Amino acid sequence: MLEVFIFATLNGLVTGLLLFMLASGLTLIFSMMGVLNFAHASFYMLGAYFAYSISTVLGFWPGLIFAPLIVGVLGAFVERYGLRRVHQSGHVAELVFTFGLAFLIEEAVQFFWGPDTKNYQSPEILDFPLFTLFGQEFPAYRGFMIGISVMIFIGLYTLLTRSRVGIIIQAAITHPNTVANLGHNVPFIFMGVFGVGTALAAIAGVIAGPVLTTFPGMALVLGSIVFVIVVIGGLGSLAGAFIASLLIGLLQSYAIASDVGMPDLLNLLGLEFDRSHPLTDLWTLTLPQIAPILPFLLLVLVLIFRPTGLLGKREQ
Amino acid sequence: MKKLQFPLCLRVLFLTTVASISGISLVQEPVRIGFMDPLSGAFASVGASGLKQIQFATDYLFNSRGGILGGRMIEIVPLDNQQSPTETQIQFRRAVSEELRIIFQGNSSAVANALNSAVSRHNRRNPGQEILQINYSAVDPVLTEENCSFWHFRFDAHAVMKLNVLTDYIAMNPDVKSVYIIGQDYSFGQVVSDTTIALLQEKRPDIEIVGNEFHPIGQVKDFTPYVTKIVSSGADAVITGNYGADMVSLARSIIDNGLDIPVYTFYAAYDGITATLGADGKNKIRLIHNETSNPIPTEERKEFIRAFKAANPNNDVTQPRITNALSMVVAAMEQTQSTDPYDIALALEDMRYTTLSGEEIWMRGEDHQIFQSLHISVHTDEGVEFDADNSGFGLFSEYHVPAEETIVPTSCRMRRPRR
Repeated sequence: MLEVFIFATLNGLVTGLLLFMLASGLTLIFSMMGVLNFAHASFYMLGAYFAYSISTVLGFWPGLIFAPLIVGVLGAFVERYGLRRVHQSGHVAELVFTFGLAFLIEEAVQFFWGPDTKNYQSPEILDFPLFTLFGQEFPAYRGFMIGISVMIFIGLYTLLTRSRVGIIIQAAITHPNTVANLGHNVPFIFMGVFGVGTALAAIAGVIAGPVLTTFPGMALVLGSIVFVIVVIGGLGSLAGAFIASLLIGLLQSYAIASDVGMPDLLNLLGLEFDRSHPLTDLWTLTLPQIAPILPFLLLVLVLIFRPTGLLGKREQ
Repeated sequence: MKKLQFPLCLRVLFLTTVASISGISLVQEPVRIGFMDPLSGAFASVGASGLKQIQFATDYLFNSRGGILGGRMIEIVPLDNQQSPTETQIQFRRAVSEELRIIFQGNSSAVANALNSAVSRHNRRNPGQEILQINYSAVDPVLTEENCSFWHFRFDAHAVMKLNVLTDYIAMNPDVKSVYIIGQDYSFGQVVSDTTIALLQEKRPDIEIVGNEFHPIGQVKDFTPYVTKIVSSGADAVITGNYGADMVSLARSIIDNGLDIPVYTFYAAYDGITATLGADGKNKIRLIHNETSNPIPTEERKEFIRAFKAANPNNDVTQPRITNALSMVVAAMEQTQSTDPYDIALALEDMRYTTLSGEEIWMRGEDHQIFQSLHISVHTDEGVEFDADNSGFGLFSEYHVPAEETIVPTSCRMRRPRR
């Protein structure tokens, strides 16, 4: 039982931290521009694909550096020449723009890389078990994923709270006009934040690609969860996104590891149904079976009982 | 494909010229066939590769040899259903309005069931404008059992037939003392699980089922938590019906977490899966399927595969049954000199057809289920003449069951339309 718990925790951490890398960029962009970037997960996918292409020529490590750079620049361009123009027409137009962009990127990826799964492998140097516990191996690459994510979280946090750039960004979020009057180029800051946000998503893509497999549906699979996280965490709250990411990562992992379900509940209540009952699917439902949709259940609960999200400050 | 289309254009041009000179219309209407499968979304890779195969088979076997029915070309019309039963209804309406009379569909039994009932309903209400469903891959037994239809033909062995062979094979391995079943949470996954448990109980009561897990289809990002459970259950083997992204991710996690036990699957090859498994999956991953992979039995089929590879260097002939289905439908058209689904259906019933592999396959008239030899192949790089994903790795067939031994009784009571 202990081994299951330990590994479930580790797995949950890996997923949670990975989700945070996506959610952090998304929530930063939201707090700046007030727009939910539907194409955010698509930049994550682009990161994985660029890194895959680079890795076939130069190996994994250059991909880890260059792919996020390329995607970051691409993101900055999208903000400068796309979002900024659409911005004049209001939030709905922006929302629709990013929505369309997500489709465009998915189609472009299929066009250039094809619809099949890409053979994107983790570097050989990390191809060993980090440790073995109760006969289970924990791959070094997963340790590496945790390491990178934690480093990025610390880096981002320090940048935003301790550096001059961070102070300007924070000010630009709440008082853009004042910051502009002080002589800062606010549109440039927006572009920079959008670029960095997409680059963060790309890093997530680079390190997740080999593990979660690189295929054109990868953005779709992760995209919805990331929105759930920023909403649960409270739109625009970085700390909230962090908590929500870990919460969802661990929740899913524990749910899968658990072996309880409706049959146990019924046993506890002393009820019994046979398999011919019309609702037999409901009576035989188990927690692992519904684990991947638990985040959405949590989303509904949060929206009912705490519409601002865990740490959201949005005014009613 | 370009290479083949060019002379085709020339031929059409030539025929039009001849026709206009001689004053008779020689250019005939093409026979249009719908191909409904996911061409976008999470399962696009499988659908898109199927489309390439049917298009190639059409050009290679028929259009480049002067067409069918005395000079008519076959045109494949792609219909993207995104593997969703809802989208399938929309695409079916499109097929009806475009007057497509034959629809090929393979991916997902949920979709096949939705299409099956849509087709039945349409055919009942529109006599004379019936549509024929050619199912080349959806293996939920129900399609040729309770829900069997005169308008549905299956060209793949269904899940129970496959599991019969697979459990025989597992039962022969004395090292397997416990198995873990994991599958997608819908009709097909449930059938795989229930049937496996029942058959193993019968063949090897000593084998313990240490896990029976379902996960939502196409929703799981990371299978590691599942693999952790498999490891701690101490299973000696894994059985799964997963396909597409769900199969790759599962296999990836099994390999990454150093789980060294055999994995018995339905679909763990091609479309990027073989390349992703690579050397790590060698001798570990096995598949149950029809049509032998390496060694390929006949020169004819080798020639077909080579020509396909020349036209589509990045794809493989992953589903020879698509070619078989197309060839049998065409044979039925030629036999009846008709493109009417009713005539085709009657001709297909109890048809015996020799495939490119030189094997005679049989379409049972009672339930419209194909019977042909089944094979279990292993993922390896030894003895693999035709690899998958250009990876050097591919499938080597190591266990064969002749068609006669795969025949199972059916509960189908088909309602036959009268004309």
